[in-house]
Amino acid sequence: MIASNLAVVAPEAVLAVVAMAFLMWGAFSARDASGPILWASAVVLALAGLWVGFQPEGTRFAFDGSFVSDGFARFAKVLILFGAAAALALSHDYLQRTGLLKFEYPVLILLSSVGMMTMVSARDLIVLYMGLELQSLAAYVIAAFRRDSLRSTEAGLKYFVLGALSSGLLLYGASLTYGYAGTTAFAGIGPVIGDGPMPLGLLFGLVFLAAGMAFKISAAPFHMWTPDVYEGSPTPVTLFFATAPKVAAAAMFARLLFDAFGAAIPDWQQILVFLSIASMFLGAVAAIGQRNIKRLMAYSSINHMGFALMGLAAGTEAGAQALLIYLAIYVVMNVGTFAFILNMRKDGKPVTDIGSLGLYSQVAPARAAALAVLMFSMAGVPPLVGFFGKFYVLVAAIDAGLFWLAVAGVIASVIAAYYYLRIVYLMYFGEAVEGLDGPMPGLHWVFLGASAAAMVLGVVNLFGVETIAAAAAATLFQ
Amino acid sequence: MDNLLSLVTFLPLIGAVVLLAFLRGEDAMAQKNAKLLALFTTSATFVLSLFVLAGFDPADTGFQFVEERPWLGGLTYKMGVDGVSILFVMLTTFLMPIVIGASWEVTDRVKEYMVAFLVLETLMIGVFTALDLVLFYLFFEAGLIPMFLIIGIWGGKERIYASFKFFLYTFLGSVLMLVAMIAMWMQAGTSDIPTLMAYDFASDPIAVLGITVVGGVQTLLFLAFFASFAVKMPMWPVHTWLPDAHVQAPTAGSVVLAAILLKMGGYGFLRFSLPMFPVGSLVMQDFVFLLSVVAIVYTSLVALVQEDMKKLIAYSSVAHMGFVTMGIFAFNQQGLDGAIFQMLSHGFISGALFLIVGVIYDRMHTRDIEAYGGLVVRMPVYALVFMLFTMGNVGLPGTSGFVGEFLTLAGVFQVNTWVAFFAAFGVILSAAYALWLYRRVVFGDLIKGSLKTIGDMTARERLLFAPLVAATLILGVYPALILDVIGPSVAALVESQQSAMAASAAVLASN
Repeated sequence: MIASNLAVVAPEAVLAVVAMAFLMWGAFSARDASGPILWASAVVLALAGLWVGFQPEGTRFAFDGSFVSDGFARFAKVLILFGAAAALALSHDYLQRTGLLKFEYPVLILLSSVGMMTMVSARDLIVLYMGLELQSLAAYVIAAFRRDSLRSTEAGLKYFVLGALSSGLLLYGASLTYGYAGTTAFAGIGPVIGDGPMPLGLLFGLVFLAAGMAFKISAAPFHMWTPDVYEGSPTPVTLFFATAPKVAAAAMFARLLFDAFGAAIPDWQQILVFLSIASMFLGAVAAIGQRNIKRLMAYSSINHMGFALMGLAAGTEAGAQALLIYLAIYVVMNVGTFAFILNMRKDGKPVTDIGSLGLYSQVAPARAAALAVLMFSMAGVPPLVGFFGKFYVLVAAIDAGLFWLAVAGVIASVIAAYYYLRIVYLMYFGEAVEGLDGPMPGLHWVFLGASAAAMVLGVVNLFGVETIAAAAAATLFQ
Repeated sequence: MDNLLSLVTFLPLIGAVVLLAFLRGEDAMAQKNAKLLALFTTSATFVLSLFVLAGFDPADTGFQFVEERPWLGGLTYKMGVDGVSILFVMLTTFLMPIVIGASWEVTDRVKEYMVAFLVLETLMIGVFTALDLVLFYLFFEAGLIPMFLIIGIWGGKERIYASFKFFLYTFLGSVLMLVAMIAMWMQAGTSDIPTLMAYDFASDPIAVLGITVVGGVQTLLFLAFFASFAVKMPMWPVHTWLPDAHVQAPTAGSVVLAAILLKMGGYGFLRFSLPMFPVGSLVMQDFVFLLSVVAIVYTSLVALVQEDMKKLIAYSSVAHMGFVTMGIFAFNQQGLDGAIFQMLSHGFISGALFLIVGVIYDRMHTRDIEAYGGLVVRMPVYALVFMLFTMGNVGLPGTSGFVGEFLTLAGVFQVNTWVAFFAAFGVILSAAYALWLYRRVVFGDLIKGSLKTIGDMTARERLLFAPLVAATLILGVYPALILDVIGPSVAALVESQQSAMAASAAVLASN
């Protein structure tokens, strides 16, 4: 019994053990082992990603069905693990330059990854909460990782306070759900709803759960922490926040809604339509005035999450598939973009003002071209892959009859296109400035170049992600 | 050759990739090579497209040279041409070598410039050959990226404003079309354009936000597509991006914009709006007529008072496109024939007019009409070419401009006499602004000191104009060259439109 349970949670268990072993390594090592630990952690995360990705098909349960490893969870986990691995690998250079290279950092990311993997596999409110907290607590710490910076500590504190509030909301919702459904297992909640209208208390529970989730996913109107935390945290941490946790929270949200509340789609559909429209428009409009590229990316991620939620709002299998495709594309675009942002510096100091990009295409043509491709892709201009992300969520929304949501989405995407275009404009025909200098490490260039190339070449068949996502989404509805 | 069309479409892209991958440096030699390679690629594309034309059978009203391959789930990579689209492909491949030749004096970031134009050519051809909704959208929208960069990087003083306006304006129009396309895909279960052309979308009245929409789903879909095509066309009152974009774009960019990109709107009406939403088109016929007539009369008057040559020609383009929309929505053989003819002829004439402005802009670096006068003294050949295309723009018999305007007017006259009556004023007004422009620039005394040393057209410039002059005159005298190719396809389109109108007349009358 134990053995079969452990077999299902083996990747999580191994990662947790590795995290602790690395903690020991760092604490007891005679010399500073931060560098090796960081690289080793990145390799371990990538290997774990391969392991999870090549696990055999099929749905396996552990711990009385409270933990599941199905196609949906594995798809999300692969994204999370590769996203986290990329974030770690890209952070080394920056951390070393700014004197932040400490062994706790990779260990915290490992622990956070374990938390995220638990989140996407959770089929019980308690397991869900445990995964969420493990992920969040590690994230609060790394947000404040630059201890001597007021901004960074403020970001950490703000993240912690608001995160705690959202956890509180979530817990409140969970307890209401437990009170009215009599169980914390997702599988037990559906039958309680049955065919009739769901009990009012359960509806309240659903609303509070959704609010807590929206916090984690940074959907408007629960987005307030995002720009400040993105701006204040060290840039590698921002990269991490922008990728893996978003995937984990969105996947967890999807499983909660479809698995536990699948019988009450009309009830939560309205909530998601509102969250989606609010996020898309807020992310589009609020980013226009931003000069700081990290804040801009924060609003951009809010906008993207609005689109991802559009897939969820459809409440169909096609919608879940669209969500997964969107997240995959989103992660790749963000890794590439942050590989660039991490190298925005002048005289060795990090620069975040987008004005420094003036006529950057003359300074470094290849880098500028790659970033321009990524910006057009984020704006959703075909034939770049970012367009297909939006395309699939629109298809799901229209197929579910949500025409107005689709129309609102495309209008928001036009507004958002403005600030992505502005970056292209600055680089290609803005004022020449003494902006950025310094070479780009080969590894960063590989990530930036590969990400941009993927955006262009993906038009051929999306690298097969579409069919994989379809199979993954199907397992959510078994 | 099973994939000749794909080859024609993607050959310029291959050229662009080669240019990007293998050309290094910014010295004069590298620049020369970039220009030569671009010229070679576009010429080779033109030659290849001639094979398509040679193998095309006008009598067959279906799609020819069809290629079909599965693409992403449910979508297909499908290409093909029929009588409506083939000549637009030819127009594009014919003009691109001229556009590259017109850019011979560019010295700033030449490699990127040529890459942008080559990519743009692939995307433009793709618009006319795609036979899958999403594939079409892909080509249609992707063209914004190179055009945004062309206006932005190589444009004039106000290029930033113009490039943003161009991009966002057209982007907003197209995304609504995307929503409609997905709705059609979901409804009909296919994204295949030939199948959709035969598909019957519901036309029963439905209520949207409490308002009853006559023509139902068809009208809504029509409006969504209209948002895109009307902006692209451009129709009054959503034409305001065009003068800005034209004035700020480099000469070659203006030529592409006027000669090819504007035709995508008209092509869209012919490929989507009419065959797929015949009832919706019928419901909106009067509305389109109204906008067309306003465009013809109002923008002609606006053109009359312009002080910038490019702006004047841009407004005249809007007026000429008014004839096109008017002809298309006449739903009869003359109207549609005339509309397509007018688009092709406008491709040659407006392209040539922008080149003509480019010739003196290269010498004097101003487009103000005020700055010129008496050019005939120093530039006799130039004056001759300018006059020919001015006459073409006016619609003088013997030039291709006449045929298009006459046919569209004849087509509309059968449907709505008043529309034809007011549109005919456009012909008079176009004579006024075009001839007045010509008088102010070319005739009069050569009194401006700066013009005393201006030189006539060089051999390169004369070579560029030669094919355009030939096309304008030959098509003006013998329009059957075009009408024979498009005729059967247009006849089939008119027939399906008329039968749909007859079927829906009873339904519409009861509302």
